[in-house]
Amino acid sequence: MAVMNIREAIASTLLSEMERDEDIILLGEDVVGGNGTAGGPEAIGGIWGTSPGLWEKFGPERVIDTPISESAIIGAAAGAALSGKRPVAELMFADFVGVSLDQLWNQMAKFRYMFGGKAKCPAVVRLVYGAGMQTAAQHSQSVYAMLTAIPGLKVVLPTTPADAKGMLTEALRGDDPVMFFEHKTLYGVKGEVPDGDHRQRFGEARVVREGGDVTVVACGRMVNFSEKAAEKLEPDGIGIDLLDLRTTSPLDEDAILESVEQTGRLVVVDESPPRCSLASDIASMVSERAFTSLKAPPAMVTAPHSPIPFARNLERAWVPSPQKIEEAVRRVLGFRQEG
Amino acid sequence: MQLNRDELLGAYRRMKTIRDFEERLHEEIKTGEIAGFTHLYAGQEAVAVGICDQLTVEDKIVSTHRGHGHCIAKGCDVKGMMKEIYGRAGGLCKGRGGSMHIADLDVGMLGANGIVGGGAPQAVGAAIAARLQGKGRVGVAFSGDGACNQGTTFEAMNLASVTKVPAIFVFENNHYSEHTGDAYAVGTDKDIASRAEAFGMRAWRANGCDFFDTYSAFAELLEYVRAGNGPAAIELDTERYYGHFEGDPQRYRGKGELERIREERDCLKAFRSRVTEAALLTNEDLDAVDTEVGELIDEAVAEARADELPDAATVADDVYVEYY
Ligand SMILES: Cc1ncc(C[n+]2csc(CCOP(=O)(O)OP(=O)(O)O)c2C)c(N)n1
Ligand SMILES: [Mg+2]
Repeated sequence: MAVMNIREAIASTLLSEMERDEDIILLGEDVVGGNGTAGGPEAIGGIWGTSPGLWEKFGPERVIDTPISESAIIGAAAGAALSGKRPVAELMFADFVGVSLDQLWNQMAKFRYMFGGKAKCPAVVRLVYGAGMQTAAQHSQSVYAMLTAIPGLKVVLPTTPADAKGMLTEALRGDDPVMFFEHKTLYGVKGEVPDGDHRQRFGEARVVREGGDVTVVACGRMVNFSEKAAEKLEPDGIGIDLLDLRTTSPLDEDAILESVEQTGRLVVVDESPPRCSLASDIASMVSERAFTSLKAPPAMVTAPHSPIPFARNLERAWVPSPQKIEEAVRRVLGFRQEG
Repeated sequence: MQLNRDELLGAYRRMKTIRDFEERLHEEIKTGEIAGFTHLYAGQEAVAVGICDQLTVEDKIVSTHRGHGHCIAKGCDVKGMMKEIYGRAGGLCKGRGGSMHIADLDVGMLGANGIVGGGAPQAVGAAIAARLQGKGRVGVAFSGDGACNQGTTFEAMNLASVTKVPAIFVFENNHYSEHTGDAYAVGTDKDIASRAEAFGMRAWRANGCDFFDTYSAFAELLEYVRAGNGPAAIELDTERYYGHFEGDPQRYRGKGELERIREERDCLKAFRSRVTEAALLTNEDLDAVDTEVGELIDEAVAEARADELPDAATVADDVYVEYY
């Protein structure tokens, strides 16, 4: 086991997988950097530094710097994947799915089905997402719900370095298009990472803690915030079952339902507006499938129905906070117990 | 082209305001008080001012992520901009937008844009509206050498061309899109104007570090577009003085490149020598503007710091015009 952060886990996995499989190629903006300049190529691995040195090692045919053309980046990844390669396409900010949506939604996601199950499109799209750095309305969004809603795409969101390695490896060995979400505030999160081959199957939620009173379901940065809330609740004797979804497509429905059947109470935490969200999706799934187990209505802790503001205090008010999670837990516990 | 004394002083004041605004931000960002992404326009002032000085309030511009210069040149309130960048309640966009999303529709500034290539189609829309208005107004899209590679920019040029609307594509070639050089990313051998020509437009090329060159090329272009000849483009060869973002180590620069461009391609220096040599303005005239601008920026920063934060309870306001 080595200790590293999420950024390093992604970089080292890309490196070892590219060594193992020469069909893996990488493309994105500034994944090399310095091309066409006096300073020369830098191999910086994108502005987030998640694929450094790969250009030096694998050369310009496998590590491709692209102009600012997200539609072409995703479309080229789709075409390369249909042609037997395993492209890893980087979107510097997940918000730029807006520019490339057709290639994801009408193209990549649908090939296999439209072509009668004959095609494979093993493309991995890496998307840097999330609020918390005051990057404002067009550079902070968590667009996972939108992509989760598209049949044909798998959607994964690692929150630990081990999962970053395990799920990136799984994505690169699998044959479906995978949307790999990297939260911009989580790159520095450190943890132990298994050596050698490490694959984390999709659709297996991670049990972060078991407490028995309330089930809290979260993904991404909201897992950490939920842990903070759980720590606040612990001294009051309130125990949380905290599930890190790891992947939203496929969704580990069993893990959610099993926990709710024990606790009878659900809080879903989602770093995005509430309408047609991951939170509403899970709340409705639980209402439908575990209705008789529920002792309180499912609670959703989400952002408001608005774009993401810039100002520090407004952004803080927008993002679901540990405090709001704590309040929601107390609320579902207090349901019909006031009097 | 003959500019009178007031016009010259005004142009200098606006360029200097942009420069000081950006240099001050460069310092203030280090204090940690300003977060998010702030892309500085210093070095490119002659472009924004050489162009916007010829536009009316009714002409519309669409800007980019590097938008402070376009905002100031088009007449946005400098103090309101500073407050916006500080994320304060009194900001031009109430602190909701920040540096990348400053807009002021009242002065025809339709917005900076965090999405590279997001703006050009909107300028075509503004041009469609301008044609309907029938007063010879135009829609102007500012785009970088990076943005010119987006499909949206190509689509916008073609749409403008086939509809023959008064859209103007201003390509600010500062030779870099983040870390990547135009020699790599602009497939038409670094030549962006030729792309506009390929879409059937007339295109001009000018030195974007020289106010007078930019001004006179754009004057010709504007006359052509205002006369109803359809869209046109201009490519300006210019320089950005700072990193792409604050903290960028700029390893992609050549040795001595930054010193050289500041020495040889500085639009403020060039302006000063040109107008003083031609005895149009004196050094004292210009120094007086420098002092005035310095005070304005000091005040803008002080007032931004002192301004209140937005009320957090308003976070979900302004999403719709009408709620029900
Ligand atoms: C759609 C989209 N892709 C990528 C980015 C990230 N990004 C911001 S600015 C920039 C470079 C833009 O270069 P250019 O158009 O030349 O403008 P300059 O920064 O030189 O002013 C990039 C890649 C973005 N904001 N939007
Ligand atoms: Mg540029």
